[in-house]
Amino acid sequence: MNDPLSSLVVVPLGISLRVAGLATLIAFLTAILAAWGLARRRGPLPAVLDALCTLPLVLPPTVLGYYLILLVGRRGLFGQALADMGIQLMFSWQGAVVAATVVIFPLIYKSARAALESVDARFEDAARTLGAGEMRVFLSVSLPLAWRGVFAGVMLAFARGMGEFGATLMIAGNIPGKTQTLALAIYSAFQAGEDVRAALLALVTSALCVGLLAGAELLLKWRLR
Amino acid sequence: MLAVDITKQVSRGPAPFRLTARFTLPEGCRNAVFFGPSGSGKTVTMQCIAGLMMPDSGRIAVGETVFFDSRAGVRLPARKRRLGYVPQDYALFPHLTVLQNVAYAHTGPFARHVGKREREGAREMLGRFRIDHLAGRYPHELSGGQRQRVALARALNAAPRLLLMDEPFSALDVPLREALRAEIRELLAQLGIPSIIITHDPADVEAFGGARVVFEGGRASLAADAGDDE
Repeated sequence: MNDPLSSLVVVPLGISLRVAGLATLIAFLTAILAAWGLARRRGPLPAVLDALCTLPLVLPPTVLGYYLILLVGRRGLFGQALADMGIQLMFSWQGAVVAATVVIFPLIYKSARAALESVDARFEDAARTLGAGEMRVFLSVSLPLAWRGVFAGVMLAFARGMGEFGATLMIAGNIPGKTQTLALAIYSAFQAGEDVRAALLALVTSALCVGLLAGAELLLKWRLR
Repeated sequence: MLAVDITKQVSRGPAPFRLTARFTLPEGCRNAVFFGPSGSGKTVTMQCIAGLMMPDSGRIAVGETVFFDSRAGVRLPARKRRLGYVPQDYALFPHLTVLQNVAYAHTGPFARHVGKREREGAREMLGRFRIDHLAGRYPHELSGGQRQRVALARALNAAPRLLLMDEPFSALDVPLREALRAEIRELLAQLGIPSIIITHDPADVEAFGGARVVFEGGRASLAADAGDDE
């Protein structure tokens, strides 16, 4: 705390990176499975599941936070079970990860599904006639051919995760050094009238997100043979 | 060797129609040709045999193995049919090298790593087509004739019981077409793998001989003059 820069910027930045990074990893693994399962499916059930997977994109994050509290809060549906396993999500950085995961899930799901559906089905058919099961078709053909779209979704999700505010605030609270991410720290600084600090944090967040998205764009162009 | 008795509503293409394909290729028949105008259901029938499309009703069997039987509820997935299928545009995996493509039937979940034995097998197959030197190339770096050879090598390297080829020579110019035709005919005879090819080209029919399945007016049946010339 004696080094002002450290407590002002580096600590919330570290929390943001850790929360967004972990949330992106979890959202990537789950969203890619959902996209794989729902790609090229028609009918009422896939349509409803697709709507559910997309819902976090259109609901206000505070509504998501509210639902999450109903699910994993102390008196929530799974609250007791989680407490019995020693998992404490309310007012912990792990809770912030859960909130961010739910918020960014549709970003990866949507782009992954579109990318998987744009893969030419002839390649997948060719793999099947060569003896590949569906899992192998996915890993060796569909995913490598769709990676560009999937990667774009992942980068977008990470950047969005860095800026997650509403759902995080409701579940993890705003505890400096523990659950206070960059976005929350900016809010606190602004509320406390520390304009310079708020400006500094806003600048760091913006620079990071611009750098991230530009870097992703460059990487995509560079890998384009 | 192949018994087909299926119906399928064909809704793709300019004029939807109901396809009725009923023919039996006799045991010992090495080659067969699907002959007929475009849009007559040749590709649909071949994809039904390969397991990439499902007939509305009927039965498909190769030898003792039933691939599809709507009444008995049998539907063997494509990967278990052990058929080689070379589509019209070859469908080579664009992100894999020629070697990885040809070894695909024998490699791991990601198809990237080719083990020593698999590499030797794939190399040998490439050698048969005289394209060993292309092993490290990607499909987009190949000419039409080279792609055709790679597609055939990939299908044959999976040791299929029957090779299906959809207009294998239509994308090639005439001299190359003639050279490849002879080459493939010889190779298939060497390997002892029976084949079915789709074609518009009477020269193909002549070269590959065998049974002739004629597609016309929504029906497919064995031509009366089908001789067993081999």
